[in-house]
Amino acid sequence: MRWGVIVFPGSCDEQDVYDCLKNNLRQKVDFLWHKDPLAGKFDCIVLPGGFSYGDYLRSGAMARFSPIMKGVVEFAQKGGLVLGICNGFQILCEAGLLPGALTRNASLQFICRRVFVRLEETDTPFTCAGKKGQLLKLPIKHGEGCYYADPTTLERLHKNRQILVRYVDAKGRTTPAADPNGSLDHIAGVCNEGRNVFGLMPHPEDAGEKILGGEDGLKIFSSVIEACDKRGKRAWLD
Amino acid sequence: MRVKIFVYLKDGVLDPQGKAVERSLHALGYKEVQDVRMGKYLEVELDAPSRQAAEERIREMCDKLLANPVIEDYRFEIEE
Repeated sequence: MRWGVIVFPGSCDEQDVYDCLKNNLRQKVDFLWHKDPLAGKFDCIVLPGGFSYGDYLRSGAMARFSPIMKGVVEFAQKGGLVLGICNGFQILCEAGLLPGALTRNASLQFICRRVFVRLEETDTPFTCAGKKGQLLKLPIKHGEGCYYADPTTLERLHKNRQILVRYVDAKGRTTPAADPNGSLDHIAGVCNEGRNVFGLMPHPEDAGEKILGGEDGLKIFSSVIEACDKRGKRAWLD
Repeated sequence: MRVKIFVYLKDGVLDPQGKAVERSLHALGYKEVQDVRMGKYLEVELDAPSRQAAEERIREMCDKLLANPVIEDYRFEIEE
């Protein structure tokens, strides 16, 4: 399988994603410049973290209009896998590929630390290698990660089981103190109804080897690899 | 013409910046302050054949880019 990692002006975690996939998981990875059209065969497109367009106006508001995004939307509509991490999650929400929005952390502080998230659903290409209820220790580093959705959308998220990861404490409980940024319902990541687009605030690519403090993040990437292997070697985009 | 655009968080969306400003005002003795909501203010200079045409374009700009309908509302004033 082949991964594509999009580079927007102001992205800063694309190299971390690249290294994690290439060195830790021996994957084929290409960088994709945001101004180019999306061309080539890819199984999974990653929108990395960072501060695309300086976060001006709103995080992700301008990046969603980058030329490559037209191709990303078409790729997702055809069933291609799209993973948005941190700023990538914000861009996917702004682009309407994922429901809801990410707003300023309730504490108003930029948070940079490791947190625990709980895998809520495992019937998706991004979580299939994990077990339901499993805890992952992953770093977060963001100022605008407070997930918001209106009540109707939240109800739909529950009904369709689109909440894939929640912030919890070390024992897996959703205590108020375990929600680092004030996210609605402890939501750390959601997928679309088709379950082929996933966005999350924590950074799995920064938890890909022991020397970095843990390798729980590999669970997300190896899920994608497993899912792609299962459905054959075919790439989603010609 | 010149358009003044106000973009602000919808009711019910957490506004921690507004809350922080509210607490500061209370600390300064302005006890009468009940609630503070913070938003964005933009001024746009544009050419349009009529006021109605300008309104239409501005609404489109707000819906597409300047405001996120999930969390924000907007209003604007046109000065000729």
